[in-house]
Amino acid sequence: MDERAVAWWRSQLLVTTAVPVVVLAVLGALIGPARFWLLLAAGAIAALGLGCAAFFPAWWFRVHRWEVTDEAVYVRTGALWQEWRIAPMSRIQTVDTVRGPLEQLFRLGTVTVTTASSKGALRIAGLDHELAAELGERLTALTQATPGDAT
Amino acid sequence: MSEAAPGEDRYVGDGDIGDGDIGGAGRPSVAVPGEEWRRLDRRMLLATAAVLCGVAGGAGLPATVGLAGSRPLWQVLSWVLAGALLLVLGGTAADYVRWRRTRYRIGPERVELHTGLLLVKRRSLARERIRSVDLTANPLQRLLGLVKVRIGTGESTGGSESTLELDLVTRAEGELLRHDLLARAATDAGVPDEGALATVDPRWIRYAPVSFVAPALGGAAAGAVMQVSEWFGAQAEVIDWIGERFRDVSLVWMLVDLALIATVVGAVGALGLWVEMWWNYRLEREPGGTLRVRRGLLTARSVSIEERRLRGIEVVEPLGVRLAGAARVDAVATGLAKDDGDKHADLKTLLPAVPRELADRVAAQVLGEPEPPTGAPLAAHPRAARTRRLRWALWSVAAPVALLAGLGLLLTPVLLYVAAGCAVVLTPLAVLLALDAYRSLGHGVSGAYLVTRSGTVRRTTVALQRSGVIGWTVKQSYFQRRAGVLTLTATTAAGDGAYDILDAGESQGLTFAAEAVPDLLAPFVEPVRTPEARSTEG
Repeated sequence: MDERAVAWWRSQLLVTTAVPVVVLAVLGALIGPARFWLLLAAGAIAALGLGCAAFFPAWWFRVHRWEVTDEAVYVRTGALWQEWRIAPMSRIQTVDTVRGPLEQLFRLGTVTVTTASSKGALRIAGLDHELAAELGERLTALTQATPGDAT
Repeated sequence: MSEAAPGEDRYVGDGDIGDGDIGGAGRPSVAVPGEEWRRLDRRMLLATAAVLCGVAGGAGLPATVGLAGSRPLWQVLSWVLAGALLLVLGGTAADYVRWRRTRYRIGPERVELHTGLLLVKRRSLARERIRSVDLTANPLQRLLGLVKVRIGTGESTGGSESTLELDLVTRAEGELLRHDLLARAATDAGVPDEGALATVDPRWIRYAPVSFVAPALGGAAAGAVMQVSEWFGAQAEVIDWIGERFRDVSLVWMLVDLALIATVVGAVGALGLWVEMWWNYRLEREPGGTLRVRRGLLTARSVSIEERRLRGIEVVEPLGVRLAGAARVDAVATGLAKDDGDKHADLKTLLPAVPRELADRVAAQVLGEPEPPTGAPLAAHPRAARTRRLRWALWSVAAPVALLAGLGLLLTPVLLYVAAGCAVVLTPLAVLLALDAYRSLGHGVSGAYLVTRSGTVRRTTVALQRSGVIGWTVKQSYFQRRAGVLTLTATTAAGDGAYDILDAGESQGLTFAAEAVPDLLAPFVEPVRTPEARSTEG
């Protein structure tokens, strides 16, 4: 996981809180009678968002781990609800590399590994974009080299 | 005759369709898959016209009654009849165009279907990817000797895109298609026992009223009475009438009586539904390595599941059915055609609720095992799991009781009595359910199968092929971490996609996962422990 992921998560959280805060603030500025309550709600959401943005990304960065060996892909995520996911190479069906607008800004990428199961997808988020592309290629090559129909 | 139209791109002549009426047995075109295009059966127009007549009648009668008051009868009748005629003729004409424009071809490699007037859709499926051919026929279609054929591949995505639907062909044609398209894998040797695995036993109907269908139907019936009476603006009268019936008894008894009536109605409905769904039921193994379920009194259904796609079996015991000592058997298979919406559950059901031993035996036969994996002894989970369940039970009772008590303190003391009553009644119930839920928990390995069991209101025992497990997910919440338990999820391509082993002990679960599917988790059991140790020190 790249250290820029922390900044990426932080800006993601800030953007998601900014939207309702701005809407509420604009409404508060326009609607006189309900101004106090609207601005109060906006302030509460802003405080909550800022708190989350300050606290969670660093924690997430500490607990997110991933590993790719010749046999399997392994991802560990979650702080309160920890989750380990393992998919062996022979069962991997598709490897996607995705870069959203914010990720592009921070030069990051996400690799999604899907298996034949509808519930077994693995996401490795917040990788350096070159590493992500390289990992995608490596996984594709490894998957192709492994026989079997992946079900 | 059919041989008169062998051309690559020509429609089969009408004479060929006439042949189908006799039974289709003499048609060489299916047995020797030719390159000729075929059409749906012409009698589908009759079916459409009949349905439209029904619709026109259903809509026309109330319209006539409604309009008859304000206008002369002949005028109303002529309007309604003209409308009905327009609907029937228009609909049938549209269907005729569909019939003209729809053609399909069973080639040696591919099955092709062309449809559409303006937007022509050409779809083709590789024959080797066809996993299921299901036939359904409603009573009208059965009368006409027609069936609807759905040809499905193993794709779980894309819904309708991976399914070809032939709506409608003759029954003989449908059977031949089913037989031909699924028969290619007949070389599989060592099929344990062919022929019928189970046929319907009328005594099984005794499990119908104890299923969850009965109260649901009862509630639906009561709701329907209220709804319909509201449409006619007579809801208040209905309520008054009911009040009149029960004038001599107290309110509580009236409610009890009404609930009883609804239950009885629901039970009768459940019996009827069971008869319609499971009459003529027959589960058989066919030479091509497919399992076939045939059932239905009015609407006949035939569902085929390729055994190669079977990854395991699920024995489901809803509470009422379990108390009666029975269980249902579902298939865990990849690429089972998912019918739109509510029928989905029907397609994977291999066996309705039957006595538990029989369910286990049929499960073993379906899987081709000497011993039923679902009946194997399972390892119990740590006591922490029991504590967790008891805690949940108490919280789920405490929360509403506390809410009621709080409101009671604020508003009226009546609510305090209600809260006390709830606490007295619900607490033992919740504790019983929690203890039962803990008793239900279990996991184990039985031969080539991984077995996990959980649930109390709907207890399920899943036997999953160990080679069908394509990944593990280990989840641990904060509370689970404190209790030293974890939830292990085996992901698979079949069925629900993932099956849980809830609240297994930490080392118990990981060792089990490593043992059950050796080459999957084993290289990671060390890494799994290391980052955890790292995170606790940091």
